[in-house]
Amino acid sequence: MADLTTLQGLRRSPLQDMAAELRNGSVQGDRAVLLREWPFLTMVNIRVEPGSETAGRIEGVLGASLPQQCGDVTGDGAHSVLWLGPDEWLVISQAAPESLVGSLQSAAEGGRAQIVDVSANRTVVEVTGPGAREVLEKGCPTDLHPRAFADNTAISTSLARVPVLLWKVDANTFRVMPRASLASYVGVWLLDAVAEFGPRASAVEGV
Amino acid sequence: MLQIKCPWCGLRDETEYKYGGQAHVAYPEDPAALSDEEWAQYLFFRDNPKGPFAERWVHSGGCRKWFNAVRDTRTYEVLAVYTNNDPRPEISPEITATGVAAGGQ
Ligand SMILES: [Zn+2]
Repeated sequence: MADLTTLQGLRRSPLQDMAAELRNGSVQGDRAVLLREWPFLTMVNIRVEPGSETAGRIEGVLGASLPQQCGDVTGDGAHSVLWLGPDEWLVISQAAPESLVGSLQSAAEGGRAQIVDVSANRTVVEVTGPGAREVLEKGCPTDLHPRAFADNTAISTSLARVPVLLWKVDANTFRVMPRASLASYVGVWLLDAVAEFGPRASAVEGV
Repeated sequence: MLQIKCPWCGLRDETEYKYGGQAHVAYPEDPAALSDEEWAQYLFFRDNPKGPFAERWVHSGGCRKWFNAVRDTRTYEVLAVYTNNDPRPEISPEITATGVAAGGQ
């Protein structure tokens, strides 16, 4: 059997080929927007009856409650739990997928639940900086104003007409999570969308 | 843009939803016992009211859950949304009258 670390060295993220483009295409100034991929985060999809005994055991493993309302995110940093539906959640974590899925599945054993490693389903594009919200507002139908969209909120919505999860960490930090096959489209759209917000990083640094 | 309130996610643009036809169409108890005509009635025949109509919607761009909505077919006004476990809400005549008014004479 192939060595896991060797395989991990060989894997490619959906936006790997765009890494330099995203870095150089980020814009600086008063309304700076920085674009970068956060690849290979562990993502686990959980479906279980909320409030059930099984859900309680799953929450024990996560060290966080399964959020009960659209938009809510729970977790202390080790694992973040995003609400996807009244009986569906997405765990985002830096823990190794096989160990997290393993312990969640053991916790769910004997109960009715579905635990699936979906790490390869989406990638994360971080959009940060004082211009981040305005850039996303150009392509997202949801009201992203702070009065309607608070810090640490995550929803299913669309960006440039393709479905994404959008997680607002704080006023200047958003995580856009498109499907892997749509990631480069979202990347190219963002590169175009940020152009009006300031000089490109490449121009400033003379790259 | 028509906005529809998902019972779980709140108000979202119509483009996040897909339509599922008339609500409360029960699957026949014993489909094999039906005549061809009765089966065809179940499969293909739906109400087409001018006014409040209970219909199924799915929030495919959000929580991906099915739910029911009562929509006034004259005005497109969504008069009520409710989950599949809830009974069809009574739509009061005043609300219906508002729907007519909103349609503009
Ligand atoms: Zn919804």
